[in-house]
Amino acid sequence: MPEPMIAVRGLRKSFTLHNQGGAVLRVLGGVDFEVAAGECLVLHGPSGAGKSTLLRSLYANYLPQAGEIRVRHDGAWVDMATAPPHRVLDVRRRTLGWVSQFLRVVPRVPAIDVVAEPLRGLGASPDEARARSGDLLARLRIPERLWRLAPSTFSGGEQQRVNLARSFVHPYPVLLLDEPTASLDVANRETVMDLIEEAKARGAAVVGIFHDAEVRARVGTRLYEMAEAVGGEAVA
Amino acid sequence: MTVDTAKPLLRAEGVSKFFGRQVGCREVSFDLHPGEVLGIVGESGSGKTTLLNCLSAQLEPTSGRVLYDTRVEGLQDVYRMSEASRRLLIRTDWGIVRQNPRDGLRMGVSAGANVGERLMAVGARHYGHIRAEATDWLARVEIDPERVDDPPATFSGGMQQRVQLARNLVTRPRLVFMDEPTGGLDVSVQARLLDLLRGLVTDLGLSAVVVTHDLAVTRLLAHRLVVMKGGAVVETGLTDQVLDDPQHPYSQLLVSSILQP
Repeated sequence: MPEPMIAVRGLRKSFTLHNQGGAVLRVLGGVDFEVAAGECLVLHGPSGAGKSTLLRSLYANYLPQAGEIRVRHDGAWVDMATAPPHRVLDVRRRTLGWVSQFLRVVPRVPAIDVVAEPLRGLGASPDEARARSGDLLARLRIPERLWRLAPSTFSGGEQQRVNLARSFVHPYPVLLLDEPTASLDVANRETVMDLIEEAKARGAAVVGIFHDAEVRARVGTRLYEMAEAVGGEAVA
Repeated sequence: MTVDTAKPLLRAEGVSKFFGRQVGCREVSFDLHPGEVLGIVGESGSGKTTLLNCLSAQLEPTSGRVLYDTRVEGLQDVYRMSEASRRLLIRTDWGIVRQNPRDGLRMGVSAGANVGERLMAVGARHYGHIRAEATDWLARVEIDPERVDDPPATFSGGMQQRVQLARNLVTRPRLVFMDEPTGGLDVSVQARLLDLLRGLVTDLGLSAVVVTHDLAVTRLLAHRLVVMKGGAVVETGLTDQVLDDPQHPYSQLLVSSILQP
């Protein structure tokens, strides 16, 4: 088996709602799995099982109560749960890509620059970053006349494609995908599946949530079954 | 721009400031790395501005130290260096953007002179170069070249804030301190300023400490947040983590009180 790129052990996550009577929501209770280079692990389970919570914890967007989330970064392990902030940011910049369901960007910035920003952060020149961003926007069928416009005026599907372009513009070794094909038409869904397959082929480890059974079947290597709010077990 | 992020650029060690028995800020410690933007959030009176003033060598803490990675001598206590070194640091390596542009600009002299003045303070003497550089920076903050010779007193608040930014950035500082930089600006101007600041962080590897009560601004601008209440830091973390999964009761209250447009 190829080297693991992500290794999760004993991950627990609950939420304490201090301003709502201190209610505690236990969402993840002991998650363990590894994902190897070239694999796509599908988080699978009913709504409320904690799929998004798990994915967000992997990105250090949510803070777990216990456990390790190790990501291979520059050939060494970094534990996202305990690494200092500048280290986590470096992992996000170079190793760990993330597709969320929402596009959150500075208003008035042209779509092409929104997509190019991760590359600029990695030291690409403005021209090079724009050229690569344009290729991806074209592939995702965003008409060229829209590239210079800010995406806040775009449709939901167009915004989602800008978001996808932004996450696929750099060949991240690890990709976290939260419903990447939601709100896409058939042709674009096809393109996104191709992009995921290409990422796997170049050796990326992928963890994703896909509601669409067809997408799951095509890009998924394994399922990680999650029951309601009690973590889960890996199923081959 | 790739920068060495292993070494902190600025370090606060147990910084406390008391005004008599009144707490300004208490026991604040953190490291800021090159290329990082740290947001300080909290309500009015939580000690944000006091902390910013302590960090930026404007207000000596009652106890604790503020260390800065100087170009020549490495980490130095900013309150232990000579007055001349500290002034040089503030004029060259740092920028300090005030909440009220009137406090950071000379309102009676031209916009161009406001920007050029800081270049002259670091030894620039060639009038043509100074004017060209000042005009260039004013253009980058979208001030019409036609207005370069007008004094900021004739500008709107948003324009004044942009002139102040140009004045601070013209010497290519490594660290900028900002107090509510987008406060009181029209939203369209706010967006432009945020984009400009983000670009500078990306392109120049600029670091910044930004005080704001606007959490939406921090999401777009800051990498990390410090949440203050009653002079103390109640939570720190990555910006998106603090906003999406706040841990402390006060941070939870703050985040849940944001109005969604």
